[in-house]
Amino acid sequence: MDIRWYLVVSAFVFSIGATGVLTRRNPLVILLCLELMLNAANLALIAFARMWGNGDGQIFAIIVMVVAACEVTVGLGLIVAMYRRRIPIDVDEARELHG
Amino acid sequence: MAPVAFFAASILAIAGAIGVVSLANPFYNVLALVVHLISLAALFLLLRAEFVAAAQIVVYAGAVMVLYVFVVAYVGGQDEPLGGATGGASKGLAYLFAGALLVEICIAVLGSGLKMLHTEGAGYAPGTHAFGTPAYIGELLLTKFLFPFEAASILLLVAAVAAVVLARRRGGVSVGDEQIPFLTALRAPGTGTMAEAASGRLPAAALEEPVALERETAETGGGW
Repeated sequence: MDIRWYLVVSAFVFSIGATGVLTRRNPLVILLCLELMLNAANLALIAFARMWGNGDGQIFAIIVMVVAACEVTVGLGLIVAMYRRRIPIDVDEARELHG
Repeated sequence: MAPVAFFAASILAIAGAIGVVSLANPFYNVLALVVHLISLAALFLLLRAEFVAAAQIVVYAGAVMVLYVFVVAYVGGQDEPLGGATGGASKGLAYLFAGALLVEICIAVLGSGLKMLHTEGAGYAPGTHAFGTPAYIGELLLTKFLFPFEAASILLLVAAVAAVVLARRRGGVSVGDEQIPFLTALRAPGTGTMAEAASGRLPAAALEEPVALERETAETGGGW
């Protein structure tokens, strides 16, 4: 298969993830859609690494996975803290930064 | 064989992605993301990224998704009406934006001048040190990319500490009719730490009778 096909799949997944981030209101689901976008970027990185026969893109993808894991930990910690403080789990309700 | 595997994996990946965005129950969203991640790992295998595919399955579909399932179970999967309070106009705008994004990326990818995009990629020779094997990735990580590797470890440590700090129990401990902060309750009263001096609450009662505070803290469960 041509490298182009992988990049088109990556573009589709990225746009679907962007749709989710824009339309959903549950922060858990927004985090999941962010994962989708990060994974689409990973797929593009690995496709380009295959194209050049160079391992740098794969290392970049692994680092992206590490950063995604960190982002998920902190995001889920925030959601648990919101739940503990009886703040509704809805990004429309939590649009002000103070208290 | 490769085209069949590619189309099966990519259709599953896109279907999983659509499931993540469109299903109403967060628990099903997480399961759809697991399907998406596993089929993406199959695509990675087709691109000769064996180590990354294995890491994707173990770390992503295993560990991170378990974390998600726990939080969904804890917070409770609240079904969210897909129509929602957000107006239809802004939702239509969001779909329009995403469609424009897709068209833009496709134009950028398909219209680029990279000649290699029309091929199956660079040459590949199987072997123990071949492109994408654990030996290859490990050598790169510990030589050329040692600094990003170490920086990633520090980042993971910071994120772990941040998660504990964010999700810990707040609200302090009540001693009698007085509400004292959680960290103060952990410390023995009257130990003269800087925190006590700064907060100005060196309880006179506790100084006279230090045992009482400790006992009452134990009775209230200590906040744990």
